[in-house]
Amino acid sequence: MLTMIARRMMLAIPSIVGVIVVTFLLTRVLPGDTAAYFAGPAASAQAVEEVRVKLGLDQSIPVQFASYVGDLLRGDLGASLTTGRPVVTELAARLPASTELTLAALLLSLVIAVPLGIIAAVRNDSWVDHFTRIFTTAGVSLPVFFTGLLFVYVFYFLLGWAPAPLGRLDVFYSSPPEWTGFFLIDSLVAREWETFRAALAQLALPTITLAVFSLAPIARITRASMLNVLASDFVRTARAAGLSGGTVVMRYAFRNALLPVITTLGMVFSFLLGANVLVEKVFAWPGVGSYAVEALLASDYAPVQGFVLVMAILYVLVNLAIDLLYGVVDPRMKVEG
Amino acid sequence: MTSQPLLEVRDLTIEFSTRRGVVKAVQRVDLSLAKGETLGIVGESGSGKSVTSYAVMRILDRAGRIANGAIIYSGIDVGAATESEMQDLRGREMSMIFQNPRAALNPIRKIGRQIEDVLIRHVQATRADAREKAIGALRQVRIANPEERYSAYPFELSGGMCQRVVIALALACQPRLLIADEPTTGLDVTTQKAVMDLIVELTRERGMSTLLITHDLGLAATYCDRVIVMEKGNVVESATAEEIFRAPQHPYTRKLMRATPRPGARLCDLLPEEPAPVDRAAAVNVTSDTSPLLRVENLVKEYPRKSTAPFFARFMKRGKFKHPPPFRAVTGISFDVMRGETLGLVGESGCGKSTTSMMLMRLIDSTAGKIVFDGTDLATIPARDFALNPLRRRIQMVFQDPTDSLNPRYTAARAIADPLLRVGTIERSKVRTRCEELALLVGLPLDLLDRLPHQLSGGQKARVGIARALALEPDLVVLDEPTAALDVSVQAIVLNLLQDLKERLGISYLFVSHDLHVVRLLCDRVIVMRSGVIVEQGPTAKVLEAPEAEYTRELIAAIPHPPFAA
Repeated sequence: MLTMIARRMMLAIPSIVGVIVVTFLLTRVLPGDTAAYFAGPAASAQAVEEVRVKLGLDQSIPVQFASYVGDLLRGDLGASLTTGRPVVTELAARLPASTELTLAALLLSLVIAVPLGIIAAVRNDSWVDHFTRIFTTAGVSLPVFFTGLLFVYVFYFLLGWAPAPLGRLDVFYSSPPEWTGFFLIDSLVAREWETFRAALAQLALPTITLAVFSLAPIARITRASMLNVLASDFVRTARAAGLSGGTVVMRYAFRNALLPVITTLGMVFSFLLGANVLVEKVFAWPGVGSYAVEALLASDYAPVQGFVLVMAILYVLVNLAIDLLYGVVDPRMKVEG
Repeated sequence: MTSQPLLEVRDLTIEFSTRRGVVKAVQRVDLSLAKGETLGIVGESGSGKSVTSYAVMRILDRAGRIANGAIIYSGIDVGAATESEMQDLRGREMSMIFQNPRAALNPIRKIGRQIEDVLIRHVQATRADAREKAIGALRQVRIANPEERYSAYPFELSGGMCQRVVIALALACQPRLLIADEPTTGLDVTTQKAVMDLIVELTRERGMSTLLITHDLGLAATYCDRVIVMEKGNVVESATAEEIFRAPQHPYTRKLMRATPRPGARLCDLLPEEPAPVDRAAAVNVTSDTSPLLRVENLVKEYPRKSTAPFFARFMKRGKFKHPPPFRAVTGISFDVMRGETLGLVGESGCGKSTTSMMLMRLIDSTAGKIVFDGTDLATIPARDFALNPLRRRIQMVFQDPTDSLNPRYTAARAIADPLLRVGTIERSKVRTRCEELALLVGLPLDLLDRLPHQLSGGQKARVGIARALALEPDLVVLDEPTAALDVSVQAIVLNLLQDLKERLGISYLFVSHDLHVVRLLCDRVIVMRSGVIVEQGPTAKVLEAPEAEYTRELIAAIPHPPFAA
């Protein structure tokens, strides 16, 4: 098992190296002169040049790259030029907010989509099946900023059920003592029930917004994969042996149908990370997505590089976790591992 | 025998709703099965034999439904029972074993656990003693080391072993009726014999009734008391095994009997009526050249074994690490194929016959040895360059599965034209004419040329595959079990076609098969392979009538012989 993890980690190294190179190059070809931007509109040519030298932008691309990699190895992602704070600290402070939101959305979406997919497959062509198809298609067709705004309008403005969409916690509460960075977990650990309730209330709308968006792929893949497995020989054997419907569907069919679902989860997780950027904007969520967008608009390349790198590493880790899950679900994978 | 049958099916009609309307898969079928009796249901694909048995268990697909008739099992009306009553019956009273045993087991659950599931479901075991009882069930089907096998997954077991597990699963709760749906199709002859003998022994021991569903009349006659023959959803004949075998009444039964390859029959005997006399004058290329077309010398294929050492151990001491000895799939075989000859290559799965044919086709590289084709050593040409070699045109192949070996998006004409377009030198405008010539040659009606594979029958697809192989006028055609997936009556026609084509075109065949009867009909000489070695070779009649090697004798003995056959 450990060998397999180590091996998969090593396989991830080339892709991370690739990401480092590409993000570096991409941020260099972004339009706009960073030095001119930071020197200010009134700065003289000489002042701009001074800023350029200070930032190291006067050096050749390979030299800039070498110093970038050198900094990376020391764990230094540079400093944001707009806020002046180190990118690492900012990302570390904001990453838990984004992951908490994404994971919560993924979990909610799983809890709804997987049972829907299973029922749609078992009751193939029934009203449940058609309802699932329509519901999930509608969910994926609406852009997240639209559903987000709609939810805010209905549940905050009209009904007043939800708190103001202003970040992770209402201003009257203080954040729970930091342990994982996930407010829900931290507040539970600290036994601050009020804080937990408030954090959950803030999290609810953005989570639902993201979950609605990701229902479709999970439900559709679960359904397709279940239909496939339910038609297979071993399900017929299980039925011929008199096993009850529940055992056949859950223990025999569903476990086998899980593999494609797990694969889809990896992809859904990554595109949720992307969709986050918009949701974070709508709900003033202090996550890495909104941070990166602001930096990008300001031609502030260090945070953008840091963001892309963190996302890439996250993506690699998620895929690693999925490969390991595969091994748990399917004994055939271990042989090849 | 008691007067009350264990199972009685009366006037059974089963309908399937399809996109083209309702199709009757089974029409007005009657059958009865006494306690302790073995009844065979014989028929070709589409005869409704499996559907009938699924209806008895009530495990039809959603699209299928019992339209009319009654199924009475031991006084219970199966058609009227609730689903939960049926679940209690299935596995405990009646159970089923299937074709393709590996797919019939849950791939990601330990086989022992799968048996436990059934035992616990039918209250034959508690959580405490389930493991012990599951191991007992494995022991009963003669699985060696049942304690160890308990934790095995299906992919770790051979096909025969998986079928034993399926049998253990079916018999775990001591049912009184066993339905065996083509239980040995796809298994080697010796495994088939072992599995069938095991089924018979276990069911006799327990006084069980058995419904054996098969396409193989010989198998049914050997193992059944009575046989019913089905054609297109109807029962055409029902009699004792001996009567059916000695004096078949219905024309369809007679046709089936004729088409089944058997000792003493000639190829043309398999066809339903006297074939139109083949124009022997058309035979060409009766060459006087006596040098072999293909000479194989000391051919070896080795596959590296997967190292068992941990990854890091290998990584750290790369130089010192000792690799395990490679696996030899083919160990130094030599044989010749003469011009205009059919050479049979026989053996059970894993004997190296497919590896050998793939090396001849230059699909894989050989490890050592020579493959001399008409004076040129093909073994020196790397497999990936061979496609461009002019000799490639002269060696063609017909594959085992006529469906899977055709591109589902190519029409028959496009499939036949494929080799012409790829390596042929023919002008584009003449391709269609050539396709039509080839279709006529293999007896494929011209109006079928524009159909896609799924619109063709199995036999028609086989003809397309043969026409494609012949398109470039090869000298040697490798036939890899070309009729294994076909019904016997279609097989009879295809075998005759192959023989006819050989005589007319003067080509040589290398016929790879596990069916000794078919080999007997078609081949001039035969090679018997086992574990990568040739154990016997010689003229077909001699090898099959007076085998020298013990293994050949075993193979011949394993073919089902009805006890009353001449």
